[in-house]
Amino acid sequence: MIAHSLALAGRSLTKTRRNPGVLMDALILPVLFLVLFVYLFGGAVAGSTQEYLQYLFPGILILTTVLAGQIATGMSIVVDMKKGVFDRFRSMPVSRSSLLVGSVLADSVRYVIAVVVLFGVGYLLGFRVETNAAAAAAAAGLAIAFGFALSWITVLVAVLLRDETMVSTVGFLLPFPLVFGTSMVAPAETMPDWLRTWADVNPVSHAIDASQGLLLGGPVAGPVAMMLLWGGVFLAVFGTAAVTAYRRLT
Amino acid sequence: MTYTIDVEGLTKSFGPTTALAGIDLQARPGTVLGVLGPNGAGKTTAIRILATLLRPDGGRAVVDGLDVVRDAVEVRRRVGLTGQYATVDEDLTGTENLVLFGRLLDLPRDEARARARRLLDRFGLAEAAGRRASTYSGGMRRRLDLAASLVGDPSIVFLDEPTTGLDPGKRDEMWRTIRSLADDGTTVLLTTQYLEEADALADEISVIDHGRVIAHDTPAGLKQLVGGQTVVVRPRDPDLTTAAAGIVERSTGHEVDRVRRGVVTAPVADERTFTEIVHELERGGVAVTELALRLPSLDEVFAALTRPEAVPA
Repeated sequence: MIAHSLALAGRSLTKTRRNPGVLMDALILPVLFLVLFVYLFGGAVAGSTQEYLQYLFPGILILTTVLAGQIATGMSIVVDMKKGVFDRFRSMPVSRSSLLVGSVLADSVRYVIAVVVLFGVGYLLGFRVETNAAAAAAAAGLAIAFGFALSWITVLVAVLLRDETMVSTVGFLLPFPLVFGTSMVAPAETMPDWLRTWADVNPVSHAIDASQGLLLGGPVAGPVAMMLLWGGVFLAVFGTAAVTAYRRLT
Repeated sequence: MTYTIDVEGLTKSFGPTTALAGIDLQARPGTVLGVLGPNGAGKTTAIRILATLLRPDGGRAVVDGLDVVRDAVEVRRRVGLTGQYATVDEDLTGTENLVLFGRLLDLPRDEARARARRLLDRFGLAEAAGRRASTYSGGMRRRLDLAASLVGDPSIVFLDEPTTGLDPGKRDEMWRTIRSLADDGTTVLLTTQYLEEADALADEISVIDHGRVIAHDTPAGLKQLVGGQTVVVRPRDPDLTTAAAGIVERSTGHEVDRVRRGVVTAPVADERTFTEIVHELERGGVAVTELALRLPSLDEVFAALTRPEAVPA
């Protein structure tokens, strides 16, 4: 099963290398948000663009990995199912879960590229890690793990709906309430009650708190534990549901 | 008699639509079974169940002695699937596709490569081996698809409409390949809407319509099953056509169907009548350039079988 997953992940990587366009939305969108928010709202929200960049960057890191996981993962699965490539695999003695795991594994490469690019752009704009390199690496690693866990939501949608348009819509829209409905862009205290309530219960808030703690200093242990817990819940619930739904296709 | 493919009373519905209403199929080892039917007859559903891609609602399907539901994993080791709904990855090269399938079948990397090379050679794709499948022509893609289903050296191959959309030259090429498969001892189940294709490739044919088998026989037997045979006589001297028609009418006891452009055709009941016609023509001094006992074409067979009143209730 591991060998099969790796062989299938290798296939996905070859495909990504040959169609680099898939990578672009995962790379460009977060950078676009970063630049947009920092220069449009930075002065108004935080007094200076520089201070706002420090505040915003940890959240954008989470946005990056969530976006990287959402759109392309589901899309490639839908395309495989429609074109019959999955049928060929399914007619072979290959475990059903390794098909999904291989696909998701290959995406981890995309996460790493997206995160590296984001840190590069952030550095050029003037973002500086206020803790240390190890904490920054931990922030990046956790963000990737979190994005991976959430990506099973679109995998489930892909398996259930098998429609490119639906999957790209869900994959594109879902990150907004989840990632923006937090203190990522502005402190939650300034929000209307209903939004602050959502931000308080929103699992992604923990991820952003953890990211801020690791990159800028501040409480780390609590938010990281909550982030891991929620990541585990997403993985268990949506991962299991996706694999079950996929098996049920027969 | 043990069958390599043995299907009994297989049923499958998709919501209110009945795709298979209790179908029986049998294929002897090393033969080609043609499953012939129009679009929507249930051919693809049957193949998908046999290839373990779909679960049947009822009935039993056994492949190589293994139940396709209970022993699905083992069945997958022994069958290859090619056709409308199983395909290769267009972003990968011919070699990459076949090596990937080899790896998924747990072949060591070297063996997977060697097999890929052999299959690409065999299917005339050696030169295109390093090109992405998206650049292949329709015929090449079909051949790569077929090669992909043979990576695991299966003893049974399912071909779902393997020549749909191919031009005649490419189709003949595919036919030769399929025949060579059967010659090597592989059991082949082939679905097709082309009567000509079933006639050319299959040892036995099951005709299916609306999810059930409406006839099963050898191609020749099937042709005999529906409608009689026809005698065709073409006198060398066109002026003798009327004389020839008279002889045919006396022998068969039927009026001739038509006398057109010097050819006389009439239905005959059995071979003896045909022999008698040959005899009488000779005695009457009517030399012929064409004298044949023609079986009805499969098209005619099919038309007859799918006429509502011909379908047994």
